[in-house]
Amino acid sequence: MPPPSDVQTQPIIAFAGVSKVYPARNESAEVVALHDIDLQVPQGAIVGVIGKSGAGKSTLIRLINGLERPSRGSVLVNGTDVTALGERDLREARRSIGMIFQHFNLLSSRTAFENIALPLEIAGVAKSEIAGIVGPLLAMVGLSDKRDRYPAELSGGQKQRVGIARALATKPKVLLSDEATSALDPETTDQILSLLKTINAELKLTIVFITHEMSVVKKLADRVAVLEGGRIVEQGTTFEVFANPRHETTKRFVGSITGGNVPEWLRAKLKPERLAGDSAVLHVGFTGRGAGQPVLSRLARNFGIDVNILHGQVETIASHPFGSLFISVAADPEVLGKVIAELKAGQNTVEHLGYVA
Amino acid sequence: MSPEILQLIAWSTLDTLVMVGLAGLFGTLLGLPLGIFLATSRANEFFPAPNANRILGFIVNATRSTPFIILVVAIVPLTRLIAGTSIGTRAAIVPLTIAAIPFIARVIEAAIREVDQGLVEAARAFGASPLQIVQKVLLPEAMPAVTLALTLTIVSLLGYSAMVGAVGGGGLGDLGIRYGYQRFMPDVMATVVIVLIVLVQGAQTLGEAIARRLDKRNRNS
Repeated sequence: MPPPSDVQTQPIIAFAGVSKVYPARNESAEVVALHDIDLQVPQGAIVGVIGKSGAGKSTLIRLINGLERPSRGSVLVNGTDVTALGERDLREARRSIGMIFQHFNLLSSRTAFENIALPLEIAGVAKSEIAGIVGPLLAMVGLSDKRDRYPAELSGGQKQRVGIARALATKPKVLLSDEATSALDPETTDQILSLLKTINAELKLTIVFITHEMSVVKKLADRVAVLEGGRIVEQGTTFEVFANPRHETTKRFVGSITGGNVPEWLRAKLKPERLAGDSAVLHVGFTGRGAGQPVLSRLARNFGIDVNILHGQVETIASHPFGSLFISVAADPEVLGKVIAELKAGQNTVEHLGYVA
Repeated sequence: MSPEILQLIAWSTLDTLVMVGLAGLFGTLLGLPLGIFLATSRANEFFPAPNANRILGFIVNATRSTPFIILVVAIVPLTRLIAGTSIGTRAAIVPLTIAAIPFIARVIEAAIREVDQGLVEAARAFGASPLQIVQKVLLPEAMPAVTLALTLTIVSLLGYSAMVGAVGGGGLGDLGIRYGYQRFMPDVMATVVIVLIVLVQGAQTLGEAIARRLDKRNRNS
């Protein structure tokens, strides 16, 4: 018998060699939506899958509850291969996998209470028990006073709260979130994200979400997988991926919120060749411990050079400080090499972008 | 108008209401399941039966494209079999029902296809069976549209019922033709038309009111 710790490290969701191909139809060629996906979701984790539209993230999340069937490979959820289940068993399995949606998908003909009760009715829970389950759920999402309101009478954030309560009604072990905040304003988005974090912590619920917004990954995810053209091009803990993005797509996503993308005005001024009197432009990423160090003043002191901050941002990602600075360094090539070496020694990433006058 | 004529008008109105009411009822009993089937049985839908869908769809179209007056005459043997007679109000219910079924099936199919596919996906994600999806999602969500569709059916049946008078069916149409037209009594003809207008208006207003009550989509808090 394996020790209990092994049981806990067993992933709750595991994709193994999963591909999804939509066969050719009429004149359109076949479409490979997902290509050889391997992905593990640890129990109790919040995992984000980020990608542009058409990257395959919708298909990927729907493989977990069997709304889509893969062409190849297996998807284990809680030890069961959902790809091998028949329709009846699959319906049973779906009751332990909740799902929330971008457009909420609440029934317009049912009140908040009745919407939350729907999965319970579907599961055949006795009417007398339903009220005892729905009441506390309404309270948990802060909508006890909206119990008899119809969706048309609720705001977007309230609708998504009803959606979350509905997804939790059958006490699932996994919650799938399909762009759940994409239709909401930034403030409401933050409220919904913190509600999801609370649920994750209190109910020990594993959450898998898909999004096209890196800010959502940053606020919510423990781990992230980057999807591009149906392949996972990068995955790891949120901090690792933010601190050291390797793939171009990841760099662009990360740059979109950490300020790692070169600002337009700077890009326009950049020159590839150095003329006399020009300053070198460096992009420095400060991660982890490096972010707490007074690096710039030390550079100026040690090398007797002027360091000018052109653009910068400091963020907290997965509880770590994370900075991104564009600096110009007025130094000749020899000194510049030493400056870069010094910066790299302090666990920072350095990229030499070019020169400005 | 003499009291006899007024009484005739009253009886004819009742005949019309009975014909339309029963044809609407039987038509719905048969047309509703047919409409649900048509809306859910194409390839890749819940109850995939594309061939049955095509065949039933063809029959529905054929029935709908047959002019009603021809339908009435063509199915006389069937009418006699079901109603025991081919003349009168009781007999007229049969062709009216036969005409109502495909009509109701198509309008209900359209109402069900209007339901947001996201709701169907959500229900599937919660483990609903196809039957549960029809029962708990499609029908309740389509109800306002279904009500309007049935209202349209009733109004059309009122029109059709005026035609069965031509082949010996009772009701207002029969009265209008026999007294208003053949005996040239313009006041009877006018009264019949007015009563029909009132019935159509009443049916439409009532149907819309019910649909509005059922529709929770445009509530403003």
